[in-house]
Amino acid sequence: MSKFVYTQEKEQEFQRLIKKYPNSDSMMLPALWLVQEQLGWVSPEAMIFIAEKLGKPPIEVHSVTSFYTMFNLKPIGTHHIELCKTLSCMLMGSRDLKQHIKDTIGIEPGQTSEDGLFHLSEVECMGACGGAPAAAINGSYHEKLTCSSLDELVKECKSCK
Amino acid sequence: MQVKIVSKNFNIPNSHTLEVARKNGRYSTINKLFTMNPDDVTEEVAKSGLRGKGGGGAPCGPKWKMMPKDDPRPSYLIVNGDESEPGTFKDRQIFEYDPHLLIEGIICSSYAMNIHDVYIYIRGEYKFWSDRVDAAIEEAYAAGIIGEKVMGHDFPLNVTVHRGGGAYICGEKSALIESLEGKRGHPRLKPHKKECEWFFGNPATVNNVETIASVPFIVENGFEAYRAHGTKSSPGTMLFAMSGPVKNPGVYELPFGEKMIDFLEILGGGMQEGKKLKALIPGGSSCPILTAEEVQTAVLDYESMWDVGSTLGTGGMIVIDDSANMVEVAKNLIEFYHHESCGQCTPCREGTSWIDKILKNILDGSGNESDLDTILDVCHTMNGKTVCVFAPAVSDIITSIVKKFKHEFIEEFNKN
Repeated sequence: MSKFVYTQEKEQEFQRLIKKYPNSDSMMLPALWLVQEQLGWVSPEAMIFIAEKLGKPPIEVHSVTSFYTMFNLKPIGTHHIELCKTLSCMLMGSRDLKQHIKDTIGIEPGQTSEDGLFHLSEVECMGACGGAPAAAINGSYHEKLTCSSLDELVKECKSCK
Repeated sequence: MQVKIVSKNFNIPNSHTLEVARKNGRYSTINKLFTMNPDDVTEEVAKSGLRGKGGGGAPCGPKWKMMPKDDPRPSYLIVNGDESEPGTFKDRQIFEYDPHLLIEGIICSSYAMNIHDVYIYIRGEYKFWSDRVDAAIEEAYAAGIIGEKVMGHDFPLNVTVHRGGGAYICGEKSALIESLEGKRGHPRLKPHKKECEWFFGNPATVNNVETIASVPFIVENGFEAYRAHGTKSSPGTMLFAMSGPVKNPGVYELPFGEKMIDFLEILGGGMQEGKKLKALIPGGSSCPILTAEEVQTAVLDYESMWDVGSTLGTGGMIVIDDSANMVEVAKNLIEFYHHESCGQCTPCREGTSWIDKILKNILDGSGNESDLDTILDVCHTMNGKTVCVFAPAVSDIITSIVKKFKHEFIEEFNKN
């Protein structure tokens, strides 16, 4: 098991943020976000690192990490497609988009493509109901999606690797 | 039909930058604010009848008065921007188009309650928007609007954005504080007597983003100007959202008391070509569903919505057209609640999972009428027996769909 440490930049950000709270316990989510930005997921080694930093048992860090759906407990593909499936998006055609992703990239929710380029997650309401159907690609929102506008976005991802 | 109090600057290009915001009146209330006594600010807000815009609709003034006076401990304002209720996307507009209005509201509210530290909890998915609020805060610090002094006045104020991690339940105020304290977002037991919230054992108030953003108008123009809009018991305005197969989905600020059908027809532009209104969920998915007939008479204020057996909630309406299968609608919503139940209370954790399984069975073609009795029974068991209002909300929406659209469930059984 290789040890996890923050890069210098992330460590500085951690030190900047910790001053903003009356108790270092509040740093749990910000610390996890810094890990995920650095690693793309939250590894067990990173959980131990955070636990030591915040003076917590590692299991507590795991307990919190696994509660919040946005933290990846496993490595995922380079480009993360989060497709909204809740009511407004369903009514406006998110199921067609899901099928389209299956037909074109060959992945279903929870899967990573064989080349490791794409990972699909079906997510609950993203707060983009006025622009349904919506998806986030690597965290950026894209609304009023159609199969062809999705194809364009996928193409862009492929070209930037 | 629209009255723009909170959304006044939404259409101005670059309204999120300090320069444009100031040119358009942002921070103009601050000098007046500091000539007022803090208690008078609270009194003004109380008299305005401003109600919480996050879904509950609790009056804001009385909530502020619950903060203990002359307490030696530091106190905190926590702004709830965890907007995750399906159909709701209004706070996002404030973050995007007028973050300085939010900061101005935070200054007014903090002054009223003698608070010097503020956290804005923004849902994790809203990265673009939390970055935008962060940038506005940085600009405000650099311009001396917040920080050691608020615009030269002897009142320190620190504002910090805190990102969530993707959990609907953190919109519940006590779960939000648990999350802000670095824990799983489990709602807390409620005290028998109404009191303020507690953040690491210190007094705290939790207010929705839109509520805080409504405060500068009241400080600047007085409570009567706010009461000039809306109805007697639901004064002022609210950012109403509309989504689903209508021509112009979006967020519109309306005074309370407008007719729902007018909102749908005039601002929403009516149904898309070839679609017919079948049902409407009025204020985020946790409010009992209305049939097309009920929509004709519904009025958009808290009391009128109770009269038609639903609630106003967050004002985020989901329009459902005649091509939708209501069993699928119910299944879609129960999947949401099943996924988002925090798991702390058995009736909620097991109930959402159980209804999800029953509805799956029905859609797979192996349901029968006794399933509906089971669903209603489980809903009854979930209602009023849990720590927070999540389970009662699930119970309300599922019960309303099953009762009002029973014929569609029967049709589903008859397909077998």
